[in-house]
Amino acid sequence: MAGTATAPARPPGDERLGRRSPLRRLLGRPELGALIGAIVLFAFFSAVADAFRQAGSFSTVLYASSTFGIMAVGVSLLMIGGEFDLSAGVMVTTSALVAALVSYQLTLNVWAGVAVSLAVTLALGFLNGLLYVRTGLPSFIVTLATFFMLAGANLGVTKAVTGNVASDSVRDMDGFASARSLFASSVDIGGVNVSVTVFWWLAFVAVATWLLLRTRPGNWIFAVGGAADAARAVGVPVARTKIALFMGVALCAWFLGMHLLFSYATVQSGEGVGNEFYYIICAVIGGCLLTGGYGSAVGGAIGAFIFGMTNKGIVYAEWNPDWFRFFLGAMLLVATALNLVVRRRVERSG
Amino acid sequence: MRLPRHAGRIAAAVLAAALALGGCSGSGGKKAEEKAASGGPRLKIAMVTHSGQGDTFWDIVKKGAEAAAGKDNVQLLYSADPEGGKQAQLVQTAIDQKADGIVVTLAKPDAMRDVLARAAAAKIPVVSINSGAEASAKLGAVAHFGQDETVAGEAAGRQLAKIGAKNAICVVHEQGNVGLESRCAGAKKTFGGKLQNLYVTGTDMPQVKSAITAKLQADKSIDGVLTLGAPFAPTAVDAAKDAGSKAKVATFDLNKDLIAQLESGAIWFAVDQQPYLQGYEAVDALWLLRSNGNALGGGRPVLTGPAIVTKDSAASLAAFANRGTR
Repeated sequence: MAGTATAPARPPGDERLGRRSPLRRLLGRPELGALIGAIVLFAFFSAVADAFRQAGSFSTVLYASSTFGIMAVGVSLLMIGGEFDLSAGVMVTTSALVAALVSYQLTLNVWAGVAVSLAVTLALGFLNGLLYVRTGLPSFIVTLATFFMLAGANLGVTKAVTGNVASDSVRDMDGFASARSLFASSVDIGGVNVSVTVFWWLAFVAVATWLLLRTRPGNWIFAVGGAADAARAVGVPVARTKIALFMGVALCAWFLGMHLLFSYATVQSGEGVGNEFYYIICAVIGGCLLTGGYGSAVGGAIGAFIFGMTNKGIVYAEWNPDWFRFFLGAMLLVATALNLVVRRRVERSG
Repeated sequence: MRLPRHAGRIAAAVLAAALALGGCSGSGGKKAEEKAASGGPRLKIAMVTHSGQGDTFWDIVKKGAEAAAGKDNVQLLYSADPEGGKQAQLVQTAIDQKADGIVVTLAKPDAMRDVLARAAAAKIPVVSINSGAEASAKLGAVAHFGQDETVAGEAAGRQLAKIGAKNAICVVHEQGNVGLESRCAGAKKTFGGKLQNLYVTGTDMPQVKSAITAKLQADKSIDGVLTLGAPFAPTAVDAAKDAGSKAKVATFDLNKDLIAQLESGAIWFAVDQQPYLQGYEAVDALWLLRSNGNALGGGRPVLTGPAIVTKDSAASLAAFANRGTR
């Protein structure tokens, strides 16, 4: 377990600080393996794909990474806290659908739909957390159940309300333009269009990193993931922390849902299924342990970057698309194996 | 005329340099003529569809596209993703790759709107195929090759009534695909009897089978099953057998397994939209546009279907279907 799992607060002059050299501290970071993997992969695709090296392509890669990465922030924190959320993929669709249906059916300013969606999505996260805490069932089972329920409700409600399988377009409604500029615009940087989600992604990662490393709740997250009983014994509010983590995933799902809604104006009720695994993969590549208690938000972000690079790099490299998922799987295996090797070396030398 | 002292040596050096550089003219000459005759430089055309992995229908589309690419000296880049947002990202990668033309399906037109505007800004011509005929011109595509899904649905509804079905189900294998919805709606319009939609997960065949079986068990009066894709028709035949139902199975689209089943009478008819034509014509249209400034269709969708295939016409198509192009 990482050293951070045991110390709720570090008094000044703590013996654990200062002893390790900066290099050793760098080697001890959970995201180091992923970082090396990302650099190797970047160099590899730059070498094999001409189109990959252009600034415009890099912006496309960053955009793809950000749509995984925003979710990977919440999912990484939850995983450090020792839990899974399998409903994360469809919750994005639910969130977008709620905003679209509420705004359109009640003919409201879309911002009202955005607010209602935030409340509903956070409530869903709260429900996931509450079910987990109250029943004591593994979060895998609890969120698997909510995953199916949300997937069904997405289609059922949309079909019942609109008569179609997709929500009606909100493109011409009040507030669409301003909401789009916040959630789904792009910024011109030196002639390259960079999606605003890239900046939001970096902001989410920065806030999550600060939360994890500089605040008391951050220590609680490591503690409940590392050893929940021990954490409870020393006074960490385990139930509250876990519920808050599920709500954190919901917050990310809401944000991505709003991005999808304001990018495309309509929402397909069947989408999002299967994406939850991509988010978990991002977190795992980034060095989060499946068992909890170890990992970082930056790692999840690098994981998402690796995933986005692989995802688009294969296309830029013009490889046979029939093999797409094979390449994807192989890349992921290599990245995680590299991650493991680096961590083992560090543990042995430390 | 007096020459400089070293004229001979200079002339020799110039000649040597010219030969060393290959002595080629970058433009004009016999080579350029030969190039023009063969259809100009090699074009790079990207085709981005909403296909799931390993779908026979899209394999036929791809074969058509490859055939045209082979004839037209085109490098074809094929990619696909069933999720609207991800398909849009793939179109963006084609723009990044500076493709000379993009072929795209518009099953979820709203998701493609922004990225097609970016393609237009990059001056990359776009041709749409398959579903989305009504959105095609609005989104800036120069041509559309496909089947009008409502017209095809209406043809299927009439044919379904003709074979004597009264209470049928329309099996939708891809949620949120407006093309599939219009097929069922079109069929409902001309069918006359009762037609209800059944949603199944097209990428999971056992689930498709069990869903149809359950539906046929639950309602014994169902006497017709209309599937919307070729691979689902044999599954529906099996499901009907399992459920002990006498429902007559008919389908949209065609492949080589279906030809045999059409000949044996297990499947009553198939509404073919000739996917090979869609892939072929789309690539060829972009090549024509690039090499001769032509546009096909006059701004209207070019219909590749519906062509109804029954027991009688199935035999003549068997050879093509076995090749995987029909």
